[in-house]
Amino acid sequence: MINLKFILNGKEVTVETEPSIRLLDLLRDKFNLTGTKEGCGVGECGACTVLMNGKAVNSCLILAAQIEGNEIVTIEGITNGNELHPIQKKFLKYGAVQCGFCSPAMVLSAFALLKENPNPTEEEIKDAIAGNLCRCTGYKQIIEAINESAKELTSH
Amino acid sequence: MKKEFSVVGKPIIREDGFDKITGRAKFADDYKFDGMLHAVMLRIPETHAKINSINYSEVENDQAVNSIITFADIPGAKKVGMIKNDQPIFCDEVIVTPGDVLAMLVGEDVARLRLALSKIKVKYTPLQTLTDPRKSLEPDAILIHPELGSNLIIHHPLRKGNIEKGFAESDHILEQTYTTQLIEHAYIEPEAVIAIPLGQNGIKIIGSIQNPFSARRIIAAVVNLPLDKVQVIQAQLGGSFGGKDDTMCILSARAAVAAIKVNRPVKIRYTREESILESYKRHPYILNYKVGFKNNGKIKAMKIDILADGGAYCSMSPFVTWRSVVQATGPYEIENVHTDVRAVYTNNPYTGAMRGFGSPQPIFANESLMDEIALQLGIDPVEVRKINGLKAGSITATGQKLQNHDVNLLTVLDTAAKETDFQNKWKKYKKDKSIIQKYDFTKPVFNDSQFIEPDQLIKKGIGLAASYRGCSLGAEGIDAAACYLSIQNDGSVYLLSGLAENGQGLRTTFSIIVAEELGITTDNIFYLETDTSRVPDSGPTVASRATLMGGGAVKNAAEILRGRLEELIRAEWKLKNSDEIIFHDNKILTTDNRQLTTYKDLCKLATNRGVNLATIGWYKSPNVDWNEHTGQGDAYFTYVYGCQVAEVSVNLGTGEVYLDKITAVHDPGTVINKLGAEGQIYGGVTQGAGYGILEEATTENGLIRELNFDQYLILTAKDIGEIKPIFVEGKEIYGPWGAKSLGEPTLELTAAAISNAVSNALGKRFFSLPLNLEEVLLGKKLRPVEVKRGSLQ
Repeated sequence: MINLKFILNGKEVTVETEPSIRLLDLLRDKFNLTGTKEGCGVGECGACTVLMNGKAVNSCLILAAQIEGNEIVTIEGITNGNELHPIQKKFLKYGAVQCGFCSPAMVLSAFALLKENPNPTEEEIKDAIAGNLCRCTGYKQIIEAINESAKELTSH
Repeated sequence: MKKEFSVVGKPIIREDGFDKITGRAKFADDYKFDGMLHAVMLRIPETHAKINSINYSEVENDQAVNSIITFADIPGAKKVGMIKNDQPIFCDEVIVTPGDVLAMLVGEDVARLRLALSKIKVKYTPLQTLTDPRKSLEPDAILIHPELGSNLIIHHPLRKGNIEKGFAESDHILEQTYTTQLIEHAYIEPEAVIAIPLGQNGIKIIGSIQNPFSARRIIAAVVNLPLDKVQVIQAQLGGSFGGKDDTMCILSARAAVAAIKVNRPVKIRYTREESILESYKRHPYILNYKVGFKNNGKIKAMKIDILADGGAYCSMSPFVTWRSVVQATGPYEIENVHTDVRAVYTNNPYTGAMRGFGSPQPIFANESLMDEIALQLGIDPVEVRKINGLKAGSITATGQKLQNHDVNLLTVLDTAAKETDFQNKWKKYKKDKSIIQKYDFTKPVFNDSQFIEPDQLIKKGIGLAASYRGCSLGAEGIDAAACYLSIQNDGSVYLLSGLAENGQGLRTTFSIIVAEELGITTDNIFYLETDTSRVPDSGPTVASRATLMGGGAVKNAAEILRGRLEELIRAEWKLKNSDEIIFHDNKILTTDNRQLTTYKDLCKLATNRGVNLATIGWYKSPNVDWNEHTGQGDAYFTYVYGCQVAEVSVNLGTGEVYLDKITAVHDPGTVINKLGAEGQIYGGVTQGAGYGILEEATTENGLIRELNFDQYLILTAKDIGEIKPIFVEGKEIYGPWGAKSLGEPTLELTAAAISNAVSNALGKRFFSLPLNLEEVLLGKKLRPVEVKRGSLQ
């Protein structure tokens, strides 16, 4: 067992854990942050996407021990109480959510993209979510929602 | 006078959207309970084997193992099925396909349980396997289920007119064989379920279950409890597409058996590999079509022979192939039709329901054939379809006269062709030759100008496909749905349908229907948790029947309550029975726009007057009929029509097909939920495109090679171009305000349209899905060789 100290959704946390478990399991089992989903366990579907130091990563491919001293943001850290982030609002407005299993991860990938590139082209949006599989939506409304989010976030 | 809709057809934010977008929505694996244990499956790496003995001695005292759950622990039915009870919960004597499960270990830690699995000693004798469905009915074929006496799951014959006479009267005869592949639903959420024992009160199940009532029926049979002691609650469902039905019924039953035995909650959660290994797939079809037609393009006769690989279990094969037999000619009026559709057992992964349900396969065949007829006669694809297309009053292959609905085939065809400038593009692309197609590879290259630039490798093509599709279950079975609706004294509303949200947005659609009827907004409506103990069995959420049937029941419930409120208004405000009352914008108005009261005050008044503001709504389909010997009858009570046009660029160097644009024209009657309907088209087209160019689960002696998304590829955001949805709305008599079906029609056409587009680009035809790189370049599928490295064989 090891003790880990890291920043989770803006708060410093410490946790005792086996070093071999995945970040995904740590978040879901120890912190009950179940907005992070497991779809494949091999880094292909992207449903377990979280932000690590601002970058979108697959939490199924990161061992818990690797996050010592790092900053992790999950979907639960994107929402401010009941106030949705503008990206989340656009996802709802443009119908970008169907079954919703990939949605938290999509929002985080979009969040990481817009942080780094506030005015992405459609191709850049597609690149940013190419690691997030969605079987329901055909991605169209997701791309539209991210595009509209970019417009709104840059207009302020 | 047509009333303007307030909510119907408007972009309404999903009822479950907030929870889903914040990660608060609870999917099955997100539930945890005190004392909850986990279960893992025991399998053997074989396709077909006799189990001689299972020795658990090394795990019996293992601290990680709380309990071993076997065949002997099942209190009730040992074998189950949607149609035929041929699928064991646990296999005790034989396994017939690699996904089969022998037993389960239950304990606290999944990792330790998996270690324990490897200590169980299973002695078995491998048996001969049958993996080629073409050999299933041969006299010397091994029997997958010897007790059934045959590998034939079902045979649907259809006979209309005189097929020999039809061919005799034809000027041309064309015969082709097409094949389609095994594919995976690829819902992003793997299967998960928790069974919670309730002692005297039976068992409660929470799971990623597409059809809670089907699951309840099977769990009740397996644990030998009456239906009212089996409560099935649907967690948020992370995609299904027809796929979380049989598998989830069986997983739920296994969890229930274990939970009752250990008297603690038991969770089963599949990895992606287990999910792909054990869950059922889309049927691969082998389709033989012989068509006779006149010089003027009129089809005189069509003889169709279809073989579906049902895999190891019956599942939904009889119904899947029944839809195929009804729709196999495509949306064309043909005098003489002779169709045989058979589904057979093999040792392959079993096949069952998947969005489209027996339609994408014949559509690929018949729509390829229509283009071939056009080419042979020198007419264009639109023309040949117009000559033969179904119109109002046409007689279908099953002898059904098309009436009581808008027969929109020619409308959707014309709309799609006009929107895409189809005929001009089709002729141009057909004539265009890429430099590489004119290239003489025998001559040496002398100078730079002879090099081929990368963009010269791209060749464009356009293709279309059209279909008609029977709505809802048709002659498959009883077709009725229920809805519970209860208005509170402050005007807020509880709503619950007997149909289940699959992610498509059914709750939102149903909320819109109630809001429209009562003149309120959807945020006044609280959609209750889907629970078999709270609402009547409404059949399964399948066959694109939710809006039509479930929506019909919701509208019925809302009309009943509105009727009671209107009766009260007439009494209170002394109105005549003929006076129309308007419920609009939370107000109750007369036709001369006089406000009588607010909706809220009316609900309060109704409560004070003792009016019953709760009800069960009901919607039952009109009758259909079917003769199983002749394949004749009124198969479905209404139909929808669709046409999709695919515009592609083909890379002649790599065989890659780029999907530039798909135009999807559909006639769902009335669009209730605009965002949801558009989402159905985007998603359905994208799935259909994956079926067309990419997806295939290949098997080696029945075992799937592609067990995760690193090998089983579905389309990403970068793989699909523009999608243009177009709705041809009409006035229909069935469903809420005439809303019919959309979910499956959106998927069934895309692969066929793409194949026709690639053919238009390359001037050669394709007979085998998917059109992956090697199919496009070489005209065949490349498979790993059977001979292993180092082998002498």
